[in-house]
Amino acid sequence: MARAVSYGGDDLNLEATELRLGLPGSDGHEKQSSSATVRSNKRASPDVAEDQSARTKSNNSIVSDAGNGDGDSAPPAKAQVVGWPPIRSFRRNSFHGQAKKTEGDGAGMYVKVSMDGAPYLRKVDLKVYKSYPDLLKALEHMFKFTIGEYSEREGYDGSEYVPTYEDKEGDWMLVGDVPWDMFISSCKRLRIMKGSETGGLGCL
Amino acid sequence: MRKDRTEMSEDDDRSPPLDLRGADIAESSSKTRNCSGVTGPVAGPGPSSMEFQAPYPDQVLENVLENVLQFLSTRRDRNAASLVCKSWCRVEALTRSELFIGNCYSVSPRRATARFARVQAVAIKGRPRFADFNLMPLDWGAHFAPWVNAMAAAYPWLEKVYLKRMSVSDDDLTLLAESFPSFKELVLVCCDGFGTSGLAVIASKCRHLRVLDLIESEVSDDDVDWIACFPESETSCLESLIFDCVECPINFEALERLVVRSPSLKKLRLNRVVSIGQLYRLMVRAPQLTHIGTGSFRAPESVAQGDPEPDYTAAFAACKSLVCLSGFREILADYLPVIHPVCANLTSLNFSYANVDAEQLKSVILHCHKLQTFWVLDSICDEGLQAVAATCKDLHELRVFPIDAREDSEGPVSEVGLQAISEGCRKLQSILYFCQHMTNAAVIAMSNNCPDLEVFRLCIMGRHRPDHVTGAPMDEGFGAIVRNCKKLTRLAISGLLTDRAFSYIGKYGKLVRTLSVAFAGDSDMGLKYVLEGCPRLQKLEIRDSPFGDSALLSGLHHYYNMRFLWMSSCRLSPQGCQEIARALPRLVVEVFGGENGELHGDETVDILYMYRSLEGPREDAPGFVTILQ
Repeated sequence: MARAVSYGGDDLNLEATELRLGLPGSDGHEKQSSSATVRSNKRASPDVAEDQSARTKSNNSIVSDAGNGDGDSAPPAKAQVVGWPPIRSFRRNSFHGQAKKTEGDGAGMYVKVSMDGAPYLRKVDLKVYKSYPDLLKALEHMFKFTIGEYSEREGYDGSEYVPTYEDKEGDWMLVGDVPWDMFISSCKRLRIMKGSETGGLGCL
Repeated sequence: MRKDRTEMSEDDDRSPPLDLRGADIAESSSKTRNCSGVTGPVAGPGPSSMEFQAPYPDQVLENVLENVLQFLSTRRDRNAASLVCKSWCRVEALTRSELFIGNCYSVSPRRATARFARVQAVAIKGRPRFADFNLMPLDWGAHFAPWVNAMAAAYPWLEKVYLKRMSVSDDDLTLLAESFPSFKELVLVCCDGFGTSGLAVIASKCRHLRVLDLIESEVSDDDVDWIACFPESETSCLESLIFDCVECPINFEALERLVVRSPSLKKLRLNRVVSIGQLYRLMVRAPQLTHIGTGSFRAPESVAQGDPEPDYTAAFAACKSLVCLSGFREILADYLPVIHPVCANLTSLNFSYANVDAEQLKSVILHCHKLQTFWVLDSICDEGLQAVAATCKDLHELRVFPIDAREDSEGPVSEVGLQAISEGCRKLQSILYFCQHMTNAAVIAMSNNCPDLEVFRLCIMGRHRPDHVTGAPMDEGFGAIVRNCKKLTRLAISGLLTDRAFSYIGKYGKLVRTLSVAFAGDSDMGLKYVLEGCPRLQKLEIRDSPFGDSALLSGLHHYYNMRFLWMSSCRLSPQGCQEIARALPRLVVEVFGGENGELHGDETVDILYMYRSLEGPREDAPGFVTILQ
């Protein structure tokens, strides 16, 4: 079965540097969650979209195993195959936390994201991201815009769009000022403002 | 659960068009050759309001036919009747009120609405099942839009719409709400493309809405309070409201008011945003409920330890008609005992989102003597299944889902659980079982103990895994199933399987309509056995199995009888698929893959999806799809 690199190869090679939308704390299995998450967001991040189209271009199976019928001779850390086992993503994602017996938090931390000028809101699960660059990249892809560099002094100076969030006290803050963990525990919703309107945030 | 939808997946037993000429068609002597336009108004028996005239024998026959045919209810019977002759075909078309489209691309909306003029209920299925597992690229198709547009014009009295695996937009829902003043029931299963704004339109404009069921669909959060859109001032005729898959917050106060003014409400399935305290409030307002899907089943965060909590047990006890329970998202097992009062009456229990262990399950299941349908997670282990087997003697359907759906996860259930179920639940008709390890012996035991089995779906999650006790392939187990279970219509196979397994299926699986194959077989012979041996095969989905062009060609005689064939990551070449397309002009042969949909000769085809159709290549195929001709 000819084409390209097998899915297993792709997964192992790119894992270290890859930006994924899967839930944290899992291995290559994340791939399937990520593509499932992509499914509900109508626009996918290029990384994931490439992966997905790569998956559908090349054969989805780990080719070397399939033909030989040699049973369970796969390497110990078995790379996961797309769509296997056949569980719908809704069901699969419901247990990502519970399978590891963590109390309660399997639900994810969904916050609304609005962008000035966009016709409808989106939702993101903040727990999926590990850092600000992660989150910002995802937002860039979701809404098809670019955010400039963040600096403590200048904020997002030079950007057409500026990411802001509403914290627990109802104040609108600039994304990036506080440590990531503090951010995700205090962020209630996100708003991507047009750069010209951010006068009140003291970043321009 | 979807027990009442089994009717929807039944495939009609239609003979292929080619056989029609050879068949012995009984022709009535009064049949007319040009029966179009002969019938007058056919509202009922007795003379019409026109002046009395000796009616033509043909007209009498047509009147009689219409009155008789309207009693035919199943698709199978109606399809058979429609093949008798043109007259019967036309009259059947006039009296068919429920239209079932098993593949939205097999017939165009225009053709369907032209033939069937008086339809009140429509069911349409779109994507193939493997699309659920991310095997199909997004935006493949199955759009509801052309259907709703055609029906808006053709069926102003439409009452019911059932869609499965279709892409439905908010605009479609708006058109639906605005075009059908008698609209009563909307059921969306595994659909996507719409959001809460579409639901808001349905809620506000469908004044006679009785059923709004959203099942495993993806609903985007448009920040719209759709629950509040149900008209507030009137009593609602709502009978069923299912929205457990809607992952957005809802306006609980509005929901509560809605429940209060819906005296006919029988089925209510909440999403996980609804807390147990809120569930309580709803239950005390609606003790007439027969089907409840709880939301989250744990103490709400705002309740501190020791705070008085409502008497959940009493609320359940007050629901005397309750027969179906589901939900239990994020369950805290301490709360399980509150459902004890209803267990004895339950016929259906869905614990497939509830992470409970064997002990926790036992406390509940030992009361559930009447249980017929049970969905559960493998967290209950073999021990839990033994408890089920000991109590649920009436069990018809069992589904055991994996809590950790990976190939190399632990696998808390095994052949031990399957064996126990087979011994305790002799009336079993349908089973879906995910596990890591299985033996032929247990599968054979089930084939012997459960003769009523119609659906057998075993998923051994480790690919190519043999019988873990003997090391043998799983051929004999599945062979026993097809041999001993004489009513078997649906089969899903897994584990290490050679061509022999397929030879058994071809030899004994004479009633099999749906077959699901993954990582199985040795050679083309496997697929050939099945295509040559299973005359009733309608839906065949295969992935990652070594079947090539020669095998594909062996099914030429049968493809017009099938709803579809899916083959992904097999050994098909573009030429092989092309040959099929050339030989069978009424088959739409879609292949996916290649740059911009171009296929090069030396490559294998990633995905082949082919289906019979009256319309030829569809016009809405995206760029990555090539339709061979």
